[in-house]
Order: sequence, then structure tokens, then C-alpha cells
Amino acid sequence: MPVAFLNFMEVTMNGLMAGVLYALVALGFVLIYKASGIFNYAQGVMALFSALTLVGIMEGQVPFSHLINALLGTEIHHFGWHINAFFGILFTMVVMVGLAYCVQRFVFRHLVGQEPIILFMATIGLAYFMEGLGDLMWGSDIKTLAVGLPQGGSFAIEDLTATWAAEGERYYGMYIDQLDIVATVVAAILVIALVLFAQYTKQGRAMRAVADDHQAALSVGISLNFIWVLVWSLAGFVAIVAGVMWGAKSGVQFSLSLIALKALPVLMLGGFTSIPGAIVGGLIIGVGEKLFEYQFGPMLGGATENWFAYVLALLFLVFRPQGLFGEKIIERV
Amino acid sequence: MFYREAGDYKTSYSADNQTFPIRFDRYRYYVVLFVSFLVIPFIINDYWASAIFLPFLIYAIAAIGLNILVGYCGQVSLGTGGFMAVGAYACYKLMTAFPEVNIFFHVLLAGGVTAIVCVLFGLPSLRIKGFYLAVATLAAQFFLVWLFNRVPWFYNYSASGQINAPERTVFGIEVTGPNTEAWAVYLFCLVFLVGSAIIARNLTRGMTGRKWMAIRDMDIAAEIIGVNPLTAKLSAFAVSGFFIGISGALFFSVYLGAVEVGEAFGINKSFLVLFMIIIGGLGSIFGSFAGAAFLVLLPVFLKNVLVGSLGWPTDTAAHFEFLIVGALIIVFLIAEPHGLAQLWRVAKEKLRLWPFPH
Repeated sequence: MPVAFLNFMEVTMNGLMAGVLYALVALGFVLIYKASGIFNYAQGVMALFSALTLVGIMEGQVPFSHLINALLGTEIHHFGWHINAFFGILFTMVVMVGLAYCVQRFVFRHLVGQEPIILFMATIGLAYFMEGLGDLMWGSDIKTLAVGLPQGGSFAIEDLTATWAAEGERYYGMYIDQLDIVATVVAAILVIALVLFAQYTKQGRAMRAVADDHQAALSVGISLNFIWVLVWSLAGFVAIVAGVMWGAKSGVQFSLSLIALKALPVLMLGGFTSIPGAIVGGLIIGVGEKLFEYQFGPMLGGATENWFAYVLALLFLVFRPQGLFGEKIIERV
Repeated sequence: MFYREAGDYKTSYSADNQTFPIRFDRYRYYVVLFVSFLVIPFIINDYWASAIFLPFLIYAIAAIGLNILVGYCGQVSLGTGGFMAVGAYACYKLMTAFPEVNIFFHVLLAGGVTAIVCVLFGLPSLRIKGFYLAVATLAAQFFLVWLFNRVPWFYNYSASGQINAPERTVFGIEVTGPNTEAWAVYLFCLVFLVGSAIIARNLTRGMTGRKWMAIRDMDIAAEIIGVNPLTAKLSAFAVSGFFIGISGALFFSVYLGAVEVGEAFGINKSFLVLFMIIIGGLGSIFGSFAGAAFLVLLPVFLKNVLVGSLGWPTDTAAHFEFLIVGALIIVFLIAEPHGLAQLWRVAKEKLRLWPFPH
């Protein structure tokens, strides 16, 4: 095979795996949007918050230590214990469920029936709040997340692909990040688990009923409050997975919350209400932006990834305003 | 007792159609104008100008612009930062290309350029609605910031990639550059703000504004009763872009003086201005002022209390500020989704009935 084609394949592979990570964040959006009509901008910050909490719990940091020290003049920072990754994730899940309950109880319960734009603004407020809370609780320095995920490129794939090039070509094999492979597998498992949950469990059915019609769901005895706490918790779990994957990739820091901005074009492309849409959209965006950067990036001055996804989604929407798999928008007067 | 129409007889059509039909309102308006033009310039100093008045004036212009688009025409936009950057860079290019022209016209032209760009990015609004549109306007935000970062022509090939405002004067008094007087820059921005507010107020009272509001309330119904959605939506984008461009130009040339595009006009700026109009009140010119004042004063106030009085470390205080701003936004939305303007409206109704409420 010619080297150019192999490079093209490598870029595509990397794009697909980046796309899976985008899809992971987009999933959290879709879950909440379907069930409650809230466009949750805070999803990215939730990923950051969960990653911060995970690191904090694992390292045995004292929450709010900076604040306590500033107020009381003490010098405490750590409890002095370390917890392994499994229990750390378990505790983080508990925290995220608590957070989901609080969000529902103290914010959105009071905003039922408001216009979507007001709900959207409330989630931006929530994003600011959680950003401040996360930094205040755990400090704002960059942390490394050591949950035992493999790092660096995969030698097996590199060795295997190095032999594919035509004889006499200088080709050293494809660079595929091991972490990306793990992330892809985990994301696939998560999606399957979510689909099974939604299709076959009682709560999952109730969730779908709420997504279809609030009033009808209420009338057959489904508690809207419970379902909303449930979807916020599920979005919290998705956020933990996204936070762990992205956190292990690039360190737990503020920029982690910006992955929400990466997920928005994915949502536009796939449709706000469709789980398969989020996945397919994620893959298209991931491959598209990597290939575009590979082909045209050097010509245009690089860093086209910042906007390519948006422009692609924008152009796409002009022809199909509800996205790939979104429900058809029917307007009546 | 204070605020009522009784006894205020209108004897001509123009008196009946005036902006503030109630006498008390009118006097209040004159007092505000008097204080802002003839009192504040004499007592202002550098700290007050740079910490409070300039940001307030400039953000108020941007908030009026965004309020026309979001509050009056119902097209949610998250591209404000990008459009402000267009204004800033247009102003910079004009200032350096035509140094002999007065900066006043540069700022206006920068507004015009931004209006054109804004209409361009507003075109998809004819097909895309609601949140899809909100996310689509993010395309403008990211694309424009990237463009100004990567194409050296925009920053005149300077090595740092920054743009710096050269010194320019109005009537022989410097308004940009390092040697400006606080009162001069204050008045310069104030003139633009008052102009924008008067234009916006009259546009929204007239046929154009009613068309916008019809589109906002239900675009299909508006189309059926004869409002052309193309012209209504695009004119809202154009007018909004014009004001946002002016504010971006002032933000760069008068307030900051030197700008790095990603830092000054990032996505946070878009959210900040959106917060202003939500907290102030969607679909209200007064709300744009109130929201801008609130969000400019709040960080200054928090900083003074937390760092100044309580002696917290700056970074902890900064995190706490995020927390407070976020919480306040949520509390505001729960308590009064229609913003400060609605509180003002309620207060006016109360005043009208005041000593005899029944």
C-alpha cells in the first residue's frame, strides 16, 4: 500500500476514536434533553467536576482546604490516605447522584414550565457555579489522573502496520494511542449498557415514557421528579467516564470543561434527541475534522479543528434543520 | 402619586408619540442625562473610569445590540464575542489605513462592517431555529476568532499577533492611546451609548420593532399576517451587529488599547453579554443597562469585599466569585425570569397606585 494511503488511514482511525470521545460527551446532553427538554450546557463542567472529585478522593485531599485555611488560618491539605481507583470512582458516583438530586431539587424543580432559553441560561449558571465549586473544593492546579489506564502509543499496531507499506518505502507504522483504544471500548460498553437500560428495565421504560410525553407519563403514575433525578445521575455517570478518559489524556484542568463545546456540533449534526445520532455525529465530526486538518490545515494556517466541526454542522443543518436523526420539526400555528 | 398620566395633557400628535409619555419618566430621563453629561465628567478619576464606567458604557452598547436580536427578535446568538472582535479589528484596520479620518467615523464604520458580517452569519437563521441556531452562531464565534488569529493581514503582520490602538484625537482631545484623560474617554463612549439607546428605543417602538416581536412570538404566524421573515430576521441581525460592532471597536480602541483576540473576545464574552440581557430583562432597553451595570459592578464589589475586607487570597476569591455569579444567575432566573426590567415595571405599577393601592 502507498504511504499516503496509510497516512490517510491512520488519520481516519484517530479521527474515529476522537469521535467516540466526542460522542461520549454528546450522549450526556441527549439523555437530559430527551427526558426534560433542558439543553444542559453544564455537561462539560460536570465532566471536569467529576474528574476533580475523583482525583481529590483518590489523593485524600481535604475539600475546601484553601477556603478553610483562609478563614481559620489553619494549614490542612490532605487526610493522608490514598484510595484505589475502583472505590474512588464509586464514591464519585455517589457524589454525582447527590449533585443530580440537588440540581433537580434546588434548581430545575423551581423552573418547571419556563421557556427553554431560561432553562438553558440556568444550566450556564450551573456551569459557572460548578466550576467555582470544583476549584474551591479541590484547588485549581493541574492534576494528573492515575487510574491505571495505559498511556502512549500501541507498539503492536505500529509493528503490524509497518509491514503494510510497499517495499523500499520509509514507513514506521501507525501511531494509535492505547488510551484511545480503551476509551473506544469503554464508550461502546457504556452505550450498549445505556440502550439495554432504556429498553429493558422498568426505570428505563419510565424514562422513555417521560421523553415521549410528560403529561401522559404523569397520568400513568410515573414520578417526573424521580425520572429527572435519574437522567441527571445518568448524565453524571457519562460525565465521569468522559472526565476520566479526557482527564487521563490531558490532565485534569479547566480546559476539560471545554469539551462541551466540542460536543455541541456533534449534537447539531446528529439531532438533539437521538442517541444513535450522537454516536454517528461524533464519528463524522471526529473523522471530518482530523481529515480536514490533515488535508487543508497547513494551507490555512492550522488549528482548523477549532471551527471546522461547527461550520460542517452549520452547512449540514441548512439542508436538514433537525439534524441526521432528530425528530422532524413540525410547526403549527 | 409620582408616576401617573393624570393631569399630563397631550395637545399634539408628537407629544402623544414621545418616547417617555409620562412626565415623571421624562424628568427622570433628563436628570439622568444631566448627571451623566455634566456632573460625572467633572468628578470622574482614572480608577472609576477604567473599573466601572467604561466597561459599563461599552457592555451596555453590546447588551442593547444583543437584546435586539435575542430579546426582540427571538434569535438566540452565542456569537457576540466574535462579532465584537469584528468591530475591534475593523476599527483597527480603518485606524491604521486612514489615520487622517476622525476616529468617530471609524467606530461607526466598524459597526457597519460588523453588521454585514452579522447578516452573513444570520442567513442560516432562515432555516434553523431555537437551540440549533444558538449552537450555529457558535460557528461564528470560533471561526472569527480563529480568522483574526491566523490571518496576519488583520493584525498588520505585527510580531506579537496583538493589535494596538494608535493615538487618535477628537476635537484635539486624545481618546485612544496611553495618554488619555478619564473624562474624555468617558464622554466619547457615553455619546455612542446614548446614540445607540435612542436609536434602539425608537426602532423597537416602531414598525421594525413590531415586526421583530411578531417573529419572536411566533414566526409562522407572523409570516401569515404579512411580516417578511427574511427582512425582519436579517434586519435584526444587522442592527444588532451594528451596535455590537461599535461596542467591540470601543472596547478595543478606547478601553483596552491592546487586544489579543482569543483572550478579549472569547466565548466567555458571548456568555457575559447574554447573561447581562437575561439578568437585565429580555426585550427591554432599560434591562440592557441594568444587566450591564449589575454584571460590571458585581465582580468589583465581590473583589472589594472578599479580598479587600476579608483578606482572602486572590485565587480563592476568584473561584468564589464564579460560584456567586453562577448561583446569582440561577436565583435570578428562579425568582424573576424576566429580569431586573420586570422588577422595575412592577415598582412603577406600585408607584402609580401608591398611597391608595385599592
